[in-house]
Amino acid sequence: MIWAVAFGLWITLATGLYLALSRDVLRCVVGLALLGSAINLLLLAAGRLGPERPAIIEVGQQALQEAANPLPQALVLTAIVIGFALMCFALVLVMQLVRRVGTDDALALRLTEPPATDPVKPPLSTDGGTRA
Amino acid sequence: MSVLVTAPVLIPLATAALTAFTGERPRLQQGLSAAGALAFLAAALWLVAQVAETGSVGVHFGNWPAPYGIAFELDRLSGALVLVTALMGVAVLLFMASEADPTPTHPLLLPLVHGTLAGVAGAFSTADLFNLYVWFEVMLICALGLIALGGRRDQLDAAFKYLGLNLFGTLLLLAAVGLLYAATGHLNYQALATAARAVDPALLHALLAALAVALLLKSAAFPLYAWLPASYPTLPTPVLALFAGLLTKVGVYAVLRTLGDVFMPAGANWSEALGWVAAATMVAGVLGAAYHWDIRRILAFHIISQIGYILLAVALGGANGHAAALFYTVHHIIVKANLFLIAGMIAALAGSHDLRLIGGLAQARPALALLFAVPALSLVGVPPLSGFWAKLLVLQAAFEQGRYLWGALALLVSVLTLYSMMKIWLEAFWKPHPQAGVDGAWQPRQAALGPAWMATVGLAAITLAIGLAPHTLIAFAQEAAATLGRR
Repeated sequence: MIWAVAFGLWITLATGLYLALSRDVLRCVVGLALLGSAINLLLLAAGRLGPERPAIIEVGQQALQEAANPLPQALVLTAIVIGFALMCFALVLVMQLVRRVGTDDALALRLTEPPATDPVKPPLSTDGGTRA
Repeated sequence: MSVLVTAPVLIPLATAALTAFTGERPRLQQGLSAAGALAFLAAALWLVAQVAETGSVGVHFGNWPAPYGIAFELDRLSGALVLVTALMGVAVLLFMASEADPTPTHPLLLPLVHGTLAGVAGAFSTADLFNLYVWFEVMLICALGLIALGGRRDQLDAAFKYLGLNLFGTLLLLAAVGLLYAATGHLNYQALATAARAVDPALLHALLAALAVALLLKSAAFPLYAWLPASYPTLPTPVLALFAGLLTKVGVYAVLRTLGDVFMPAGANWSEALGWVAAATMVAGVLGAAYHWDIRRILAFHIISQIGYILLAVALGGANGHAAALFYTVHHIIVKANLFLIAGMIAALAGSHDLRLIGGLAQARPALALLFAVPALSLVGVPPLSGFWAKLLVLQAAFEQGRYLWGALALLVSVLTLYSMMKIWLEAFWKPHPQAGVDGAWQPRQAALGPAWMATVGLAAITLAIGLAPHTLIAFAQEAAATLGRR
């Protein structure tokens, strides 16, 4: 079981990372979503896997033996909810961005940078901005 | 009684909900928002008075015994930071009442601002590692909303860049938290501190590395700061000041809380790496600032460089280093937010944020020039302002531990900071306005800046007060530092 989860996690992580590094902004967001799923799998696996044993501490014991720990499952649930909200936001944002800016290439998104032709020295007031 | 520890989170959350429902009635919304911010400030003042007396106040939710329930705990460190958070909220909301920022207000602006305050206060007050992650997410979603709210093309671009890197950071944080739970079986700070001593050091260091990288990304440390100058300059002035003051500092606080307090014996091994990261952050930030001509970009790069100083204090560690980190953080939040607010006033009067297109303000508005000088010189570290004492504490800690190179770099960065501040001063205030006539006559634009003056003068007065009577805050910071790392 744990090896199957580990393999699935590895595939998800690798795919997510590959897509997140893409220049295409939509792919980038999908990649981040996949990365989030991979982390959720990791959290789930961190609490022990095993369907048979109920999560009950036996009489005379202090800690849960063998059975899966329910707390990481609660943590994963929280993380899924938060991740879902963020993904909704991210998808809407990317759609708006592509529609308004007219490109989905991350390298073409330079709206927050000063223009490349902006002269650095001396200031505009003395040379009128002619030097590149 | 101890339930009041949750007030710094509950008050902004309730205010966010109330203001969200009253978006169609702007006056009522503004009234509720102001009342919420003042109640937050009152609660924070009361809590700081409590922690100054008793050391710490806390509450376990649901009456679960110690390591199981989610706990909130304010000690002197987090108490002081919660108070500064509340102060920022009041100052920024006051500034919003002026006409300094021409962008139209959106009905969701105030709910998101209060949501951000709740996230920041939650991250400062929690004593639970997973809860810390949740508060980081609250901050992230509110911050993203605030960036994208204006809907301009460059703001959408900024929101995307902010989202990409910060989402990666929170995912890494989540992974680190989950694996730390798997290794120790605890999430409560106190229980983690005890349980971490029994964990195999090699494993613990690998997990702490993931945690540290995630938190350093959140604090905009070298080399993971690219999201900050790409997104902050597009924000409207009050929101920009709020972000500049608070958001990155939560990351630094989390680094201090985890490496310097909860995982202390193991965390001390990280001081060498953290110190070099801090030095690189200082230098990279100040060099970026030297290049730019937009006031907001210059100041955004200075956030990074100042984060380097705070991280250096955290890396130096020990009681002196941690005290310096707290003092520096409090000073920096106030000064940085104030500089951004004043930059907004400069732009409102002179017509642009680009230093090449403005000027003449020293003659037209001498009081603004004087007001700008207070936080600007404090940022550089000129006595007797608060920045001088902050830098003195960091340098003392550095030289005490024989870290002469880090100390020398910190001094060098101060000089370059002075260069940037002089650039703003010479261009925006001293040189005549480019549109001025031959006789130098130029009239600044008309804008009702009364509330903006109140906010900025108030923050400058706090800077001056800390600078003239630093003993109170230094003593408080030293008491706060004495309890760190002794769990």
